[in-house]
This record gives sequence, structure tokens and C-alpha cells, in this order.
Amino acid sequence: MNTNLECVQPVSGEEFEYSYKAEITNVYPLTRMEKLYQIQLVDPMERERFIFRPGQFVMLELPGIGEAPFSITSSPVRHGDLELCIRAVGNMTKFLDRVGRGTRVGISGPFGTHFPVEKMEGEDILLIAGGLGIAPLRSPILAVLETRSRYGQVDIIYGARRPSELLFDYEYAMWRQFDVGLDIIVDQAEPGWQGPVGLITEILKERIAKGQTDRFREGTSAIVCGPPVMFRFVCDLLIAAQVPVEKIFVSLERRMHCGRGKCCRCNIGSTYTCLDGPVFDYWSVLNLKEAI
Amino acid sequence: MDPVKYLKSADLMSWLEELARENKVFAPRYEGDAVIFAPFDPKQEISIKHAATMPPKKTVFPQSEKLVDFTYSKDPENLSRILIEAKEILPKGTTVVFGSRPCDVRGFTMFDRVYLAEKTTDVYYKARRENTSFITLACEKPETTCFCHWVDSSPSDASGSDVLATPIEDGYVLEPFSEKGQKLLTSSLLENGERWILEVKDVHENAAGFLANAPDLSQAPQKLLDVFDNMEFWENAAAKCLSCGACTYLCPSCYCFNITDETTGMKGTRFRSWDNCMSAQFTMEASGHNPRPTKAHRLKNRVGHKFSYYPAIHDGVISCCGCGRCIKSCPVGIDIREIVQEAINHEPAIGKE
Repeated sequence: MNTNLECVQPVSGEEFEYSYKAEITNVYPLTRMEKLYQIQLVDPMERERFIFRPGQFVMLELPGIGEAPFSITSSPVRHGDLELCIRAVGNMTKFLDRVGRGTRVGISGPFGTHFPVEKMEGEDILLIAGGLGIAPLRSPILAVLETRSRYGQVDIIYGARRPSELLFDYEYAMWRQFDVGLDIIVDQAEPGWQGPVGLITEILKERIAKGQTDRFREGTSAIVCGPPVMFRFVCDLLIAAQVPVEKIFVSLERRMHCGRGKCCRCNIGSTYTCLDGPVFDYWSVLNLKEAI
Repeated sequence: MDPVKYLKSADLMSWLEELARENKVFAPRYEGDAVIFAPFDPKQEISIKHAATMPPKKTVFPQSEKLVDFTYSKDPENLSRILIEAKEILPKGTTVVFGSRPCDVRGFTMFDRVYLAEKTTDVYYKARRENTSFITLACEKPETTCFCHWVDSSPSDASGSDVLATPIEDGYVLEPFSEKGQKLLTSSLLENGERWILEVKDVHENAAGFLANAPDLSQAPQKLLDVFDNMEFWENAAAKCLSCGACTYLCPSCYCFNITDETTGMKGTRFRSWDNCMSAQFTMEASGHNPRPTKAHRLKNRVGHKFSYYPAIHDGVISCCGCGRCIKSCPVGIDIREIVQEAINHEPAIGKE
């Protein structure tokens, strides 16, 4: 496998569905399945002008292999110096698993809606991730940590199947230094694991039982991301704990081929996940049949 | 110059030959048992008695089209580096489609709202749409599967067409509806058609007379949402469905696609091909999660998209042109008209949630 691809982007028409020339500058294996890809737009001007908000996604293009949507997992202050956390599971991601740094790729976007962290200033924030849901959630986590003084209490709850599947474990100590409550739970313990074992809802119930209901009602926003089955259980608990339903934000996942509302895969009724999502407030999700 | 023209039936082939000198001309003709739009060939008979089996969708939105060509080459200075050059393939040349029906062309007006939208214009579609002219034949007599009058259209609807040709005795009256259309009507074979205007009106009215009263579909968007959660309704509707996709491939207003990259040796191409929302893999994610897991979910999305979701975001325009091809070609006889009407007339069971 040659990993030193140089990509010359199309030059002919101005109206070409533009993608930025980019390069994989670094690849970190995170677990057995997931890797963190650092991808930099090659042109420094474009890199600087590439502005995104936490929760948005990009289309990553490997010429000759394919194109697929990935949520950005890095902090928005990094602009066009992106990080994508990708699990090797489909055609393209398995190919991506074999390439190394120096590979030229195309990036288009950013697309979609974002987690409105700027509107959550002055409030407490609860960030809940299950499994690979930590990938889109890390962007708002970092955005909040970078402007930590503007927020009240920040709590992160993260659940994974096994301790060996925990993503970004090298960053937890750093997150905790920002006065963040970080709870991690796994479904199945492995040798050496000393943390709690169980479902993410158990940690959440404990939190709620600690008498935080009043705080929730007064001004807590929640950001939830995980497998579809998780949303309902977690969000029901949050609603029962008086978190206003319009202050719970989730990121939905759908198959996409264009990111522009044409290929008709990601629509939930007349709502297109690529244009109107992927971030929705839970009130909209409840009113959107078959969303979860 | 008078815009309305008349063409003798006997001169039709010569006129098409004339048009074919400067444009690529597509006309319907028999291929096996089916009437399809094929490149015009003066030696082969054209078939314009009935609406074609397949709409001329592929003239603007090809079944499979090349978007980008990639060429890989090795850097002679450093053989471990591979260079990729990507070249987009924009369609060139003008196309004239003869013998399309009002419903066929109206399908493109539904494409336009999505593919020519301000921020998401599709350059490939736009190029073909601008370079293609449609000479549409007004229908004289509808078939039993026709329901264009349900969806705000008629057998003589010219929306989207460049020229409307109305068959009258021994000839056709040609009315231009765009600048592109006017340019097509400059041949010396054409004579002034002003004196036939009344007969044209008769043909149009006569054809419309064959179509019975249309049901009121203004409630359809809301009614389809009302039965959204009623999976029993949709399982009944989809019970016979084979998920073959004939309805989507033959639909003039179905516009979804798949994108695939193919590479052979040092060359590669990115293709866009028609896709089919009735297929189980259509929404399957790499993780295995499928938001539309059963054929009932998929049929619900197809009917819902046309009669509810699309109108909701596109000024109430129903994304169905009423050509009836999905009804005529369905191997198990699913009738979209029945599903929509059942949804409209559906009364929720009292006390049952």
C-alpha cells in the first residue's frame, strides 16, 4: 500500500462541487477499531478561513475509493487543522485504516447544524456520550473547556462496551484539570478495570438521585450522542429530572452520499439530516417521527 | 414572425433529421417490448402513439454518468509518491427530445427545485438541463393509469417543455414555450399554424374530458403524516411489494442517486447512478443500523416523500407528475393512487393509540 498520494484537485469549472485539498498529517491508533486522523487543509489561507462549529461534519474524499461524512472531533479553534475519529467498519474506512500520514485527501464542508455551546454560556452543561458518540462530542467538550470560565458546572458521562474500547483515554486527566466531573462506565469489565460497570443510565440516575433536580431545572443544557437506542433512555431520564426538553441536544446519524439534500437517504420525513441536522434539539426529535 | 407553426405528418421524419444535424435527438421507439427514448435514427420507425414505457429522464439525469476522471501517475523524481489528477466531465452539446409527454417533462420541474437550488446547485444536472430542449406531445386520450389531473396538471400541460406539439388531422401544431423552443421552429418545413388554434383547443379539451373528477389532494400531506405511525396501514400497503424498484426507476420525478468510484490500474472514474429507495440497503449504515428496516418503512417513505414531505418544503407542490408508470409497470399491481386515497380517508380507530 502506497501511502504517499499527491492529489491534484480539479481546475476546470468554477462551479465544481468544491472540495479542499487536504493531507493526513498524522494517524493515532486509539483502540483496535478506531483511529484519530489529523487532517490539515494544504493551503494555509483556506485552513485559516475554514470555520466550523462543534457538531458539524465534513465529507472526506479519497479519490478512487469514495466519499463519506464524518463529524469533526477537534476543537473549533483549530480551524482547518481537523481531527476525525474514524472506526474501520465500511469500505472506505477500512481503506483509510491502511493509509498513513502524507496521504492526500479531499475535504468538503463543513455541513449541518451545530451544538449551540455559545448559547449555553452561564449554564451548567451535561455531556453524555455512548461508544463512538464521543467522536462528535469531543468537539463541544474541547470548545467548552477552552472557554471554561463562561460555564457553570460541566459534567461528562461516557459509557463504552469495554475498558479497551474507551476513546481518548489519554485526555481524561487533562479534562479533569478543567474542573470537570468526568464519569466513565463500561458494560463489561476487563482485568485492571477499577471503575464502575453497567449502563450509562445508571450513572445518570445516580447523578439525578444526588439531588441535582433543582439545578437541572434552573439552567442545565445537555448534549447527548450515542447509538440510537441510547437516546430514548438517556433523554427520558433527563426529562424526568426536569431538564427542559428544548435544552437537550442530540446528534443523529444517517447514511449520506451528498451532504446537499439530493441523494434522499438521510431524510426523516421532510427533514434532511444533512441540511437541517445532524444536531437537533430533543423537542424537534420527539416531533420528528422515526428520528430515533 | 408568427410563433405558432404547423407540420405535416409526412414531414415529421425529415424535420427530425434536420434537427439531428445540429443536436442529438432522442425519440421514442420500440426496443423489444418496451418503448424507450433512443437516439433518433431515420431508418427506424418512431413510436408516438402512446406514452413511452420509460420516461426521457436519462436525457437530463443519465442512469449512470461520469462525474470525475482520476489519473494516477508516479512522480519520476520520487517513485514512492503517487500523483492524482482529477478532471471533471461536464456534458457538452445540445439535445432535443421529441415525443415526451407533458407528465414526463413536468418531472424535471420537480428535479429543478432540488438540483438547481441556490446553495446546492448541481453543475452536471444544470449543464444538461440547459442544453436539452423538449418537444412535448399533448396527449389525445389518457390511459386508465393516467392521473395527471390529480396533481395540478393536464394532458396538454406545457410546464417544463420548450415546444408543445398537438396532433391534429394530418399534422402537428407546434407552440413554442421558451426561447429554446422558438429556435427549434425555424425550419422551412414548417408553415404558419395560426389557423389551427381552435382545433388545438378542441383536442386539449377533448383529452381533458376523458379524465374524471380528481379527488382533492390538499389534505394528503397532513393525512399521510397522520398515518405515519400506523405501521399496520403501511404493512398492508406494502404486503405485495417485491422491492424490485421498477416504480422508482420509471418515475420521472424520482431523483435519488448513488456515487461510486471505480479504479482500474492507474485510472479511475467517479460515477453517479440512479438508486432505488425501495432497496433494503438504501439507508443501511456501515454500523448495521438501518433507519428504514422493512419494506413498509420504505414504501411509506416513497409515498410520503412524493405527497407529503416534498410539498412541505417546496410550496405545496406534489412531487408526482401522475404519469402512472409505477402503476402500469408494478409486477404486483400496487397502485399509489389507492394508497394516497386510503390515507386521506383513513379514520383513526377511537381509543386505540
